[in-house]
Amino acid sequence: MSDVSTTHEHTRTSSPAGGSPEDLHPGQLEDIVQLICPDGARTASPGFDPWVADVTDEDLLGLYEDMIVVRRIDTEATALQRQGELALWAPLLGQEAAQIGSGRALRSDDFVFSSYREHGVAYTRGARFGDLLSFWRGTTASGWDPYSIGMATPAVIIGAQTLHATGYALGCKHDGVDSVAVAYFGDGATSQGDVNEAMVFAASFQAPVIFFCQNNQWAISEPVGLQAQRHISDRAPGFGIPSMRVDGNDVLAVLAATRIALDRARRGGGPTFIEAVTYRMGPHTTSDDPKRYRPTGELDEWAAKDPITRLGRLLEGRGVLTEDVATRVQQKADAVAYEMRAACVALERHPDPLTVFDQVYSGPHSGLERQKSQYAAYLASLDGAQS
Amino acid sequence: MSTKQFALPDLGEGLTESEIVEWKVAVGDTVTLNQVIAEVETAKALVELPSPFAGVVSKLFADEGSTVQVGEPIVEFDIGGDAAPASAASAPQATPASESAADAAADGVPAQLDGQLAPAVPERQSVLVGYGPRVEGGARPTRRARSWAAEPEEPAEPAESAEPGEDAPASGAPQPEQVGELSSAHAPERPRSTPPVRKLAHDLGVDLRAVTGTGDEGLITRDDVRREADARQEASVLDAGAGTGPSAESAEAAGDAGRDVRIPIRGVRKATATAVAASAFTAPHVTEFLTVDVTAGMDLVRSLAASPEYAGKRITILTLVAKALLLAAKRTPEVNSQWDEEAQEIVQFGSVNLGIAAATGRGLIVPNIKRADALSLADLSGAIADLVGSARSGSTSPRDLTGGTLTITNVGVFGVDAGTPILNPGEAVILAMGAVRRMPWEHRGDIALREVMTLSLSFDHRLVDGEQGSRFLVDIGTILRDPGMVLTMV
Repeated sequence: MSDVSTTHEHTRTSSPAGGSPEDLHPGQLEDIVQLICPDGARTASPGFDPWVADVTDEDLLGLYEDMIVVRRIDTEATALQRQGELALWAPLLGQEAAQIGSGRALRSDDFVFSSYREHGVAYTRGARFGDLLSFWRGTTASGWDPYSIGMATPAVIIGAQTLHATGYALGCKHDGVDSVAVAYFGDGATSQGDVNEAMVFAASFQAPVIFFCQNNQWAISEPVGLQAQRHISDRAPGFGIPSMRVDGNDVLAVLAATRIALDRARRGGGPTFIEAVTYRMGPHTTSDDPKRYRPTGELDEWAAKDPITRLGRLLEGRGVLTEDVATRVQQKADAVAYEMRAACVALERHPDPLTVFDQVYSGPHSGLERQKSQYAAYLASLDGAQS
Repeated sequence: MSTKQFALPDLGEGLTESEIVEWKVAVGDTVTLNQVIAEVETAKALVELPSPFAGVVSKLFADEGSTVQVGEPIVEFDIGGDAAPASAASAPQATPASESAADAAADGVPAQLDGQLAPAVPERQSVLVGYGPRVEGGARPTRRARSWAAEPEEPAEPAESAEPGEDAPASGAPQPEQVGELSSAHAPERPRSTPPVRKLAHDLGVDLRAVTGTGDEGLITRDDVRREADARQEASVLDAGAGTGPSAESAEAAGDAGRDVRIPIRGVRKATATAVAASAFTAPHVTEFLTVDVTAGMDLVRSLAASPEYAGKRITILTLVAKALLLAAKRTPEVNSQWDEEAQEIVQFGSVNLGIAAATGRGLIVPNIKRADALSLADLSGAIADLVGSARSGSTSPRDLTGGTLTITNVGVFGVDAGTPILNPGEAVILAMGAVRRMPWEHRGDIALREVMTLSLSFDHRLVDGEQGSRFLVDIGTILRDPGMVLTMV
């Protein structure tokens, strides 16, 4: 307890150009910010409540529907992988609130740089279903046109996207626009050099970037405690970046935290670090088996904190989520799944291997040209070996 | 009524097979899309298979517990008319963003599929997860040390243009990585070659280990592989390895001698192999050596051989060593024992059944002399002679081949001095006698030409410690050096 309050104290005093301290939830001294309890009760949080005061029950229902839909997308994609339609899939099960709450806070001119698990964020950005899957089906070297939806294609290299986001944010600053770049990454990525370099750079230049860490407790098979002796959010103040630690399974708390960080960035207040504490209820990818490393009982413990269940309880309590509404939401989710499946099996075009070189740089690049010709010769030699 | 088959997919990035653990459906069951139909275990995970079709199960191709190769059909469905959701490939591919997403999306922007960005392909490394998969029966390539990665100059066929016979290892200024690799590598696991060349070798059925590379630093070239393939074809056609032209170059030795012969492993060879392998990997061996001046022992053998009592008996240094060993075993009974793993007991034998390793036309056999410790020297020499005689003639009785407790192997007859004998399985010690040589040796303060022999004793360290083993060996040496010392031992 005292640790945490000290951290927040530190956060406030150390933010160099951080605008008014009120930006960062004064009075919020709890370990973790939570607005909706697992049992569906709405709790008061003086620092955060004002940021979601405009959210109506209808809006909450929209967030609820989003979470149901992306969970359904995730389930369907996992099934498609098991059916041989996708080579691989990185499930988001359990992380719906962290992704929907943050994704829905963004403007269309903000820009997302994600890892490979942010299907929920991609959904909020308007990615088409075929585009969500083409990368995993191997029918494209990437996923979509980043500029069409304000979201870069997934970065498989752990943490690399934090540098991209910081660079993009710096560009926004130079352009004089108030757009914000958001980097999504996991708890494991915070151990990467790239993430730390990005934070140093972002702090130095007060770049309008949000470091959004979904701490899902597992870096593949390594529990977060192995690489974080303290809360991950405690690291950011050391870089001069204020941080928040929110319940990542609470869509409203995530929405509030993201809005705070966005507002701060738009007003020239520089970067913010958000640790959304959540849980990966499925495997790292469809290739692994969490039963081999996850302690028994841990899943049950987190299932009790399920992000969808708690919002459902809140909305039921308020009489917004009736049986009819629930049925309609489920029908919508099923329709999305059906549509996505159809889009998936219709994806048949495989990319020419040489296209991987095409859009690395905006212009010609002699080094890449050389690599490309070497690779072409290599491929040709494989053809020759058929004889 | 149309049917659809479902083939086992690669469930985890590079798997070649999976085991059907349990069927959740039976023939005749009606299933819905994504209904779990089976539980399947891959090398990485236990996963549930959701049905890709809605319909009626008409056939199951694999039993529970069976292993299925990726791509083989496992189940067939009757899917009726055109109602199967998964077959709805005609559904519109371009799906507009859902309405709830519309506020965030830039409206109407076509999501262009062509010419995508960076090569962010999913990693094919199946060790994406920490523990990695177990190696499977399939032919998935394993990781290897970098070889061609350090040769960017001629990517297609780097060694094709290299002159055969060029002094490859000395070729100037290799790249730093290559230097590091070469200096640290003792022996490469296999000859270096590029993937296209390996594929060619595979297609032509050429074992790259049999090919001598003529390319840069021993790199195997496409021509080397073709040469080897041609040579082999020639050899099989012409019967004899005439070694014409190129094939002579690639083979180590010319002519007939260069041809490999494959002999089936069976009979005595197989039994020996099994026995020594079992022994070597269960009994921790310790070997001690002792070199002894056996001139006095040899003198005794010579005088006994000339004496009337031993007329017609075949007394040799082996007889004397055997007797010395039997006497020494009395003083150190630990050497005449057995490790009974199952009973967790050490069996100390009441008498010695002395095994003598004999080289025969059919291979090595170790017949033994029962209760050898009760025999006089004369009887012992007779027994050894009988044993060796019947072994050579192939008439050793099965009884003589079992129940041994100690073994002597006389490698000295092959002209060698010492070695590390492998224990006859179930025995605690084995003594190897070296050749008796006349050599300059310290004798009474001077250097004299003496008859010298080295004894090598291996013992099972579970049963015998260095103290007992050493005492046993020294006792034998003492008797051979000075037979009169027996008086101090009995």
